[in-house]
Amino acid sequence: MPEEKLDLLQGTLDLMVLQTLAAIGTQHGYGIARRIEQVSGHEVLLNQGTIYASLVRLQQRGWIDAAWGTSDNNRKAKFYSITRRGRKRLVEDAAYWQRLSAVMGRVLAMQPEGGE
Amino acid sequence: MPDLLRQSWNRMRAFFHKAPLDHDLDAEMASHLDLAIDENLRSGLSPEEARRQALVRFGGVQQAREQQRAARGLPFLDVLAQDLRFALRTMRRDLGFSIVAVLMLGLGIGANVAAFSVVNTILLRPLPMANSDRLVWIAPPPQKCGLSCATYSADAYDEFKAQSRSYQDITGYMAFSTPDNLRLTGRGEPVPVTGIEVMANFFQTLGVQPMLGRLFTPADARHGSHPVVLLQHAYWKRQFAADPAIVGKEIDLNGSPATVVGVLPASFDFGAVFSPGARIDLLSAEVLDDERQWGNIVTLIGRLKPGVTLAQAQADANLVVPHLCWSEKYPQSCGSYAGKDGGGMELRTLKNYVSGRIRRSLELLWGAVGLILLIVCVNMSNLLLARSAARGKEFAMRSALGAQRGRIVRQLLTESLLLSAGGAALGLAIAWAVTFYLTRAGSIALPLLSSIRLDGAAMGWTLLVTLATAFLFGLMPGLKMASGSLQETLKDSGAGSGKGLRHGKIRAALVISEVALACVLVVGAGLLLRSFLRVLDVDLGFAPDHAASIKVDYDDSAPTNEASVAKRAEIFGQVIARVSALPGVEAAGIVDFLPLEQNRAWGAPTPQGKIFPEGALPSPLVYVCSPGYFRAMGMRVHGRGFTWDDNLKSQEVVLINAAAARTYWPGEDAVGKVLMSGKEQMHVIGVVDDVHASSVEDERGWQIYYSALQKGPSSAQLVIRSKVPPASMAGSVLRALRELNPNQPAAEFQPIRTIVDRAVSPRRFFVLLVGIFAALGLTLAALGIYGVIAYGVTQQTQEIGIRIALGASRARVQLGVLGKTFSLVVVGLIAGTLASLATARLMASMLFGTQPTDALTYVAMAAVLLVVALTAGYLPAWRASRINPIIALRSN
Repeated sequence: MPEEKLDLLQGTLDLMVLQTLAAIGTQHGYGIARRIEQVSGHEVLLNQGTIYASLVRLQQRGWIDAAWGTSDNNRKAKFYSITRRGRKRLVEDAAYWQRLSAVMGRVLAMQPEGGE
Repeated sequence: MPDLLRQSWNRMRAFFHKAPLDHDLDAEMASHLDLAIDENLRSGLSPEEARRQALVRFGGVQQAREQQRAARGLPFLDVLAQDLRFALRTMRRDLGFSIVAVLMLGLGIGANVAAFSVVNTILLRPLPMANSDRLVWIAPPPQKCGLSCATYSADAYDEFKAQSRSYQDITGYMAFSTPDNLRLTGRGEPVPVTGIEVMANFFQTLGVQPMLGRLFTPADARHGSHPVVLLQHAYWKRQFAADPAIVGKEIDLNGSPATVVGVLPASFDFGAVFSPGARIDLLSAEVLDDERQWGNIVTLIGRLKPGVTLAQAQADANLVVPHLCWSEKYPQSCGSYAGKDGGGMELRTLKNYVSGRIRRSLELLWGAVGLILLIVCVNMSNLLLARSAARGKEFAMRSALGAQRGRIVRQLLTESLLLSAGGAALGLAIAWAVTFYLTRAGSIALPLLSSIRLDGAAMGWTLLVTLATAFLFGLMPGLKMASGSLQETLKDSGAGSGKGLRHGKIRAALVISEVALACVLVVGAGLLLRSFLRVLDVDLGFAPDHAASIKVDYDDSAPTNEASVAKRAEIFGQVIARVSALPGVEAAGIVDFLPLEQNRAWGAPTPQGKIFPEGALPSPLVYVCSPGYFRAMGMRVHGRGFTWDDNLKSQEVVLINAAAARTYWPGEDAVGKVLMSGKEQMHVIGVVDDVHASSVEDERGWQIYYSALQKGPSSAQLVIRSKVPPASMAGSVLRALRELNPNQPAAEFQPIRTIVDRAVSPRRFFVLLVGIFAALGLTLAALGIYGVIAYGVTQQTQEIGIRIALGASRARVQLGVLGKTFSLVVVGLIAGTLASLATARLMASMLFGTQPTDALTYVAMAAVLLVVALTAGYLPAWRASRINPIIALRSN
């Protein structure tokens, strides 16, 4: 058995999608999913289908826009792009995540006391 | 948070645009797969493998779709809509069951909402006045001498107001008014009007604002000021067609003009608050200075200062009362209000005064409808359990297919909620009809009845009752069904299985509790009915049937008392002679106050030559009457009644009642004895049997009768006794009166029976309602018994078939089924009797001449319940005995 893949925490997928769109610009759902898989080094457990719940949620909040268009290889697809409000939100959430992960890092680096 | 707001809005929109959004999503997912397959093909996979890989990476398509739907829409509502659709379909499929269920729930909920509206209006809602909880009713403690001992004199009022420190203001009204005491003229034929005099500060103290015009001012109550009146809203609408320009207009009352200064709001009905069952049309300003010598005439109401408690006000009153004088002119009258042991004044909240007496009855009513609803719930549980046996497999199948237990319970609760909602709709209609009837039933002497309506509180109560009901009857079968073992249910072939047995026990317990609940209702209704019959049996001291009364207008004003008496004698003589001559009239007479209506007392006379300690002799109620009155009223007289010769020229004569005679001359015949009133001698010419003067149920006090030719009556009520039904005399009597006096208004010609009926109307009202509830409870219990026994028979068809095949006689089969019914009912009866004994004690104060343990009531209850139950059980028993063994054995 290979190493088990990471389960996504609630809300992390939304942040990944936002960041992906901010980084690569306009993209369709498949592209976004592929990009997250690549960047994560295939470490996260992601059924590509689950991305659509995340996309509709972000869209309803007004953080991303969507429009049908045509892909490079001439397929009809729905393309998503991050909005200004989405960018603002991304900055906030990213900062939060970084703080949290720093704290988690420090806490987990704690050594047993009096062992030296 | 605008983002969340935006999301909620979008979710809502998505909820209503499912089809296009689903279509869009499907297109998007298809394009996703196409893109994935393209990429896989480019990396050299075979077409099949490319497609397979793409699908694997995508995950479950349906799952992704559900996820997206849940994220974008309102999943809770989706499930609810689904449940509702399903529940509706189930209900339609089982129409008979649904109709029975909705009917039962409708009756239960309707009774509850109607009872709540009554309780809410009379007990819970504040009185229709501003800050009504600060208002107190100021009166002496209850005594036997009627209204005169429940009121104060004008001087006492002024003194009390001046000395008390607890009140913002104290006001009052003239307690001695009779129905139709005024006549409105100048608008066609004279119309009788009921008016009450209130003090100038009455409405300001009560906190009532006029709808039109103004309230009374101190100037209106000064001696000699121009008469002014305020109209009740209902009277303004009825008599003056809601004339918006009525304020400032003059109306003719008793032949003299009075100015309408305002119209009271519809929310304040003087009659509904202070004299239930009687209609009050208008209010005039009381001129206290004109009434200083009239004795005790006003009823007092005070508004407490902020922060002053009732107990503080009572302590304050105890200090002030000994200083009050009946009249400032007679120093010996000072201190007469203090009472024997200093408790001369009793304060209670106005609310308590208005509704305190019927609090118990209303609580009982509320309890009764609660019991009804419980019975309905038990019945519904029973019906649903029976159905659950039929639907057990359906739900087992659903859970085998992956439905969660919570989801199934939720589905079942939705169904019961839907049934309850149907019941609530029907119940509201019933409650609306009941309240509509009550607001128009003017003859029921219950306070505030006219303002009963289905308001927000009643709607809230409906919602609460509906939800609680649905939960109560829906949850138990729901849990039961969801918890059953899957395999067992699927295997269970129906009859004779273990589950059937367990269900049977629950159903038996339900029937027993139902019978017990019905017991309590029937016993309660039985005790009230017995009390009511006892009340009807009370010897009133007069014969109410074949008699009727009408208020007679007369004018005996004259410069001297002698002239006035002579004038009165002539008028009364003419009236009585003319009316007596009418065909059918047996006797006619005139009195100023009818029994069970108004009354008053004068000072206490003393028997000549005897010395009683101060205060030992009570004040008798005083009636001034003409010759013929006793016979017309059907009162029994020992000695003689009045004649036309008992006038100012002869010695003063009186009749007293038996109770007074016993007190004045114990063990002796009072006829021929002499009573002293001050230095005045009054010769007792007769003793009258005790009359129930103020209430049918209270003990009788002391009464004294004066001749209308020697003392002045307050008004004139003509009483006639006739061979024909009195109501048929109305026209001819009024015509006769009109011929003598064109000013005679078309006053109400009321049978004396009506007066008695009104006096017992609250009791009748409660007996009727509780009786209806008991009948309802009994019917529901019978339905429940029938349901359980019939179901049992269906379940045992095979067994019964075998027994018949083996030679059991039909009678034996019937007996078996009836025996089962009997045993259930007996257990229920025992439980119910115990519960009834406990609850009956709570209603002891509402019973009259009946013990809470009245054996006859209990025996009758047991007999009625047994008969009803066995009747309900007989039908299934009969059906069981008709089972054809061959068909029964083949069918499984």
